[in-house]
Amino acid sequence: MLVPILKQGDFLIATIQSALTDDDLLRLRDDLAEQVGRYRSRGVIVDVTVLDVMDSFAARTLRALSHMVGLRGAQTVIVGVQPEVAFAMVQLGLTLGDVATALDLEEGLALLQRRTKRGGDRGR
Amino acid sequence: MADEVVVPIGSDADIVIARQKGRAMAERVGFSGSNLAVVATAISEVARNIVEYAKTGEIALKAVNQGGKHGLVVVARDEGPGIPDIALAMQDGYSTAKGLGLGLPGARRLMDEFEIVSRVGRGTTVTMKKWVR
Repeated sequence: MLVPILKQGDFLIATIQSALTDDDLLRLRDDLAEQVGRYRSRGVIVDVTVLDVMDSFAARTLRALSHMVGLRGAQTVIVGVQPEVAFAMVQLGLTLGDVATALDLEEGLALLQRRTKRGGDRGR
Repeated sequence: MADEVVVPIGSDADIVIARQKGRAMAERVGFSGSNLAVVATAISEVARNIVEYAKTGEIALKAVNQGGKHGLVVVARDEGPGIPDIALAMQDGYSTAKGLGLGLPGARRLMDEFEIVSRVGRGTTVTMKKWVR
């Protein structure tokens, strides 16, 4: 299941629509890393609201995605981790490491806007 | 309807099917909320272990009723290379494949009961249970 990626101004928004296989997740990672260059994006949002499971592979792939996008000069925010999913991740011992997260799309956009504001917010 | 489902595992798409069927059965057994995510996540980890190490195998899901307690049993079976050192494989962070090494120890933390039997060259069977509280 392909994840649609929407360009909105300086940002790319990838909204996951259904359960993803490992291959789907790897493809999302690679597509975003590529499109950040094509659209000269400064930030990426991955909306995981529909995911009812975040296992070790998904967590690792989202971390890799964030690092790859970071190396391309853009910032990533994961939004929409559901409370049940967060509970299971904590029980399993999974973290998203230093990947930025926000409650939902609105909060994620606000975070990206603060972080990518030209001239401001130095040292982040 | 006998509440037992066997999901053949042979690719990463089957991991998704196994956890969806596991989640559906957990719901029928009486789990709710975060425990549905917990059960589905544990199934995902053991199913991925099959794909990564043995390539093929199966996940059997069964509803159980023991002394008035309702629960779900998940049996992950493969005829892969087996695990030479189970104690090592159950350590956090230990992995010989591309994983984080959280799969088996993580699944054990998620479930109430966890048992692993493995013979080198013969295969691995992981049996795990979760009880409705």
